[in-house]
This record gives sequence, structure tokens and C-alpha cells, in this order.
Amino acid sequence: MSARVGVVLFPGSNCEHDAIEAVEALGGKADIVWHGATTLGDVDAVLLPGGFAHGDYLRPGAIARFSPVMEAVRRFAGDAGPVVGICNGFQVLTEAGLLPGALQKNSGLKFMCTTVEVRVESVRSTLTSAASVGDILRIPINHFEGNYTCDPATLARLRSDECVVLRYVDNPNGSIDDIAGICNTAGNVVGLMPHPERASDPLLGSGDGLVLLRSLLNSGGVRR
Amino acid sequence: MPPLSPVPAWLDGFVSAQFDVLVEVSLRPGIADPQGSTVERALPALGFDGVEGVRVGKAIRFSIEAGDEAAARSQVEDLCHRFLTNPVIEDSRVEVTRR
Repeated sequence: MSARVGVVLFPGSNCEHDAIEAVEALGGKADIVWHGATTLGDVDAVLLPGGFAHGDYLRPGAIARFSPVMEAVRRFAGDAGPVVGICNGFQVLTEAGLLPGALQKNSGLKFMCTTVEVRVESVRSTLTSAASVGDILRIPINHFEGNYTCDPATLARLRSDECVVLRYVDNPNGSIDDIAGICNTAGNVVGLMPHPERASDPLLGSGDGLVLLRSLLNSGGVRR
Repeated sequence: MPPLSPVPAWLDGFVSAQFDVLVEVSLRPGIADPQGSTVERALPALGFDGVEGVRVGKAIRFSIEAGDEAAARSQVEDLCHRFLTNPVIEDSRVEVTRR
């Protein structure tokens, strides 16, 4: 049975259809879950897509974390359900406290829209289980606030618990320790700034994001 | 009917009053402020030399009803911690003034 992914739609999300397209290209099923929903329905995994949830007003993710659906996402994550936040979704997960640290403005103060290389650093997360440590993936980034930061104790814990999932090969935004993506200690909640759904077909310039989304679909299937 | 006069301070705790609030949100020391640095770098071109330590933040104003100033402040600080700032990267400074 193919894994069913709930793609959360906040007012201002804009990558939900790309995510659905990529999930379905891999044989998965995807449903939109409106941010006002209080339950996720029958899903095996949750994906928070990129965009500008609630206009990014105040701070990216600051208002989205109070959307009713986030309580359901929190319960799902607490129940070991796979949750992935891409770009704005990563910002929402940090604001919601489901992942540590914060994403601040890029060090060059430029909105960046380019394809970067990231290295897989840990395969214990729900998004990297089908990849290998050391794999170099070409995946687009598209953000203004992607400069990951956290206090030294958190960084030490991320490193020792193998929670740094992806690192930039050539750091584009000043992110601490070249971090492009992290997971929680359990490995089932992952946030990353690059957009794997935009690297899901050679026609788009790269198919390197597929291995990540395949990991997500597999982990959802395993759970069921 | 004439407008009601402001509630006198000796009634604190018995009736609620309106307080004007100013919250200044700034990046915590040590957190890079690329916006502040860019502004600082632009200043010499305008002839402003010797300006240092530019930090850009935001100001949020609102009014709040509370029993007294301490209660108003306590509510605002809770609001700052839970919503108006991200404590990982931001600090806040709160001014509360009885209207």
C-alpha cells in the first residue's frame, strides 16, 4: 500500500502542488490538509511546504505555529509520525518548538534562489534513510531567512546525536556549521531549507531530491 | 454626556485601566544583523562618519486593559516571550504607560 502524505496548506503556502506532484511521481498519495483542520486524517506522513505562511508577518512561521492544524502535527510527531518541513515549513517547525534553533536572515542580506550542493550527513532521519552518508545532492534553495542558528549547547547536541541531516558544500547563507537541514533526536521530524520537490525530475535540472522524498514515503509505509 | 475621566491610580486593582504599550524587538547581542551592517556601511557615503553599532529592530505598539501597571507588564512580557519575539534570536524591551 502506498504511503499517504498530508501536505499542510497555510494561507500563503506556495509549494504544496510541487510537493504533491513529486510525491505522486514516486507512487505515493498526497492530500492537502487545510491549516484550520484540527485532525490530519488518515496520513502516514506530514509535509509542511514552502511559501509564506500567513504572509510571514512578524517572523516566518510565527503565526503559522498557532494554526489549529499545528496541534495535530504536534500530536502526530509525538506519536513518532514522520514530519518534514521544507523551507518555510522548516521555519514553522522551529517556531513551533518541534525543532531547535531558529532561521535568521541570510548573512548576505540577499534573497537566494539558486541550486546548491548539499551533503548527506546522517541517514537516521525520516528524510535521509534511503540515502547514504556522503551523498552529494544538487537541490534548489529559495529563501531570505535560511541562516540557521542555535546556541552552542544545542549545536553540540545536534552534532553528538547525529541530528545534522544535510550540510551545504559551499555555505550560501551563513548558516552555523553549514547546516542545511536537521532532525529531532528521534529522527522523525526533519526541517531543511533546500526544496527536494523542485529537484524531482531531470527536466527540472536535477532529480537528486527524489531520494529524500522516497525516504519519507518509505518511513511512512514502515510506520503503518 | 461628558467623556469619562481616566481611572485614578488609587483605584488600581479594583477596576481595570488602559495602558499604552511599546515593545521594542531587537536581535540578541551576538546574533548577526545583516540589515544593521548594511545601513552602517551606507552611512559614510552620505557623509555620516563615525556611526557605529547600527542594529535594526522593530517597534510594536498596542494598548492593553489590565488591573494595574504590574499586571499589564506581566501580560505583555508573556506575550513577548510566546509570540512577539523568538527568544532564540531576539530580545524585547517593554514600555508600559497608563493612558
